[in-house]
Amino acid sequence: MVDLALDSALGPPSRWIAGLKRGGPRLWVGAALVGVLVLAALLAPLIALHDPLEQDLMSAQLPPAWVVGGDLAYWLGTDSLGRCVLSRLIYSARTAVAVALIAASLAAAIGIAFGLIAGSFGGWVDQATSRLIDVWMAFPPVLLSIVLAAVIGAGLTSVIAAIVVVDWTRFARVVRAETMVQLQRDYAAAARVIGLSRSGILRLEILPNLIPLVVTLLAVEMGIAILVEVILSFVGISVAGDTPTWGGMIAEGRQIVYQAPWIMALPIGCIISSVIGFNLLGDGLRLVLDPVQRR
Amino acid sequence: MTAALSVQGLQVAIGTGASSANVLRGVSLDLQRGEVRGLVGESGAGKSMLGRAVLGLLPANAVIAAGTIQFEGRDLVAMPEPERRSLLGRRIALIPQDPMTSLNPVKRVGAQIAILLRHHLALSKRGALERAAELLAEVAIREPRRVLELYPHEISGGMRQRVLIAMAFACDPSLVIADEPTTALDVTVQRQVLQLVERLRQRHGAAVLFITHDLGVVAKICRTMTVLHAGRVLEEGETAEVLAKPRHPYTRALLAATPRADRPAEALRPVPPALIENLWSEAHRLDRLVVAGPA
Repeated sequence: MVDLALDSALGPPSRWIAGLKRGGPRLWVGAALVGVLVLAALLAPLIALHDPLEQDLMSAQLPPAWVVGGDLAYWLGTDSLGRCVLSRLIYSARTAVAVALIAASLAAAIGIAFGLIAGSFGGWVDQATSRLIDVWMAFPPVLLSIVLAAVIGAGLTSVIAAIVVVDWTRFARVVRAETMVQLQRDYAAAARVIGLSRSGILRLEILPNLIPLVVTLLAVEMGIAILVEVILSFVGISVAGDTPTWGGMIAEGRQIVYQAPWIMALPIGCIISSVIGFNLLGDGLRLVLDPVQRR
Repeated sequence: MTAALSVQGLQVAIGTGASSANVLRGVSLDLQRGEVRGLVGESGAGKSMLGRAVLGLLPANAVIAAGTIQFEGRDLVAMPEPERRSLLGRRIALIPQDPMTSLNPVKRVGAQIAILLRHHLALSKRGALERAAELLAEVAIREPRRVLELYPHEISGGMRQRVLIAMAFACDPSLVIADEPTTALDVTVQRQVLQLVERLRQRHGAAVLFITHDLGVVAKICRTMTVLHAGRVLEEGETAEVLAKPRHPYTRALLAATPRADRPAEALRPVPPALIENLWSEAHRLDRLVVAGPA
């Protein structure tokens, strides 16, 4: 409490610091994990030691460098075609990050729009939207993605489309409920009394109150998008065959898991750390962004 | 000169069909320009409902069954929505009941005042904040510029109510509806808030409809008063006259039920249940007459 009082006396700049402190270790660990992932994706050509497609059949299935029989040229070993596992992991991050950012943002935009409309209009508009969401959510998401990918055809666009089409409901449901709650609050009535229109109230008063919630959801959704991309590339209906993906690497590593377990274990590790990273970052950001500190 | 507010024969019912209940049963009330009118009555008398009807804030299941509400000669009920919105916040303002919840929790005080000013006065962002600081100074807030940067949870309840009062008078309204603005505050702050409302009213020349159940408050600042019960006007007139020589037995009972420092506690009498019973059965008889129609 003492440093809170100090903060408000010092004015706005320190509020950011106070906010970041509020995020705590979750924020830092999450930001670090996501940061590593994003940097790897952006700088892939600079930091990867090998071309991810370059085959060296003479040194196939090498273990990581620190294990007996490892080669210092291939830090994390090679796969059954002699391709550098580390480089493939780094290049795979590009697909993962692209899918996570684009798919989650699009799903959020569509979901928020539907949620705000359903939550603020009420009546038959709300009924129609809610029923649509109910029906939508009754489909098994992965199956729907597979069907969609099969219909639109494989490729990055279809992976993103599949995720957006399935996951906008996640945002719509939560935003609808929260919009209804916020509209019942006195400040929303006060906003009506100052003559704001419905869209003005939603944009100026309600949306700012939804931000902490939406940011959390967005981060979680990015983790989910990565998982969906992995599943789709694992079954081989994601990006083109020669582009490295974590899901593809798992599929390849599965066949030789007894001879070379690291080929399968390493991409799994990457997936786990990215998903955890996004979730922690979302949690941390929620605390940072909420000035009321609803804890 | 037309009255600031003229309510004629206003009937409001909640619900429809067999389950509907009348909350206002033909209320008429005229408020001259610059007049301060106290609107008193027990809980459920319909006093807040009258204020909400004027502001167009009736709950979704409430309907105006009959009567007119005129603001400076213009019918608020029949008026198209955009026109009504342009009056709200500018010509007609509300001082809300609960300062704790009537400000948006995630927006800085300055930003909230700026929304109002920019909506009605077409000010620049900068100009709006300048004006907001002046408004806060006008309601005796020290360091107005610092307060503009704070969030509502960082200032006290009395200060929030002063911010809301500043917002109510920001665009020179000619009618201010004060819906129990002192109820949620402690007694020491109440007095300051009342003085403030009185001072601003004189400066801006606004008519004030002061909704309260506190006869002490009415005696202090209202020149005229209206006693409401079960959605009907029982008595109205000059405050001094009504308080000195109440004509209606209910007003007399209400006065006897008000604690006063110059009277022993034993003198305090609750409103006799038989009287209330009588008034309600009278109200219900009126309802039936209305349903039967003027055959």
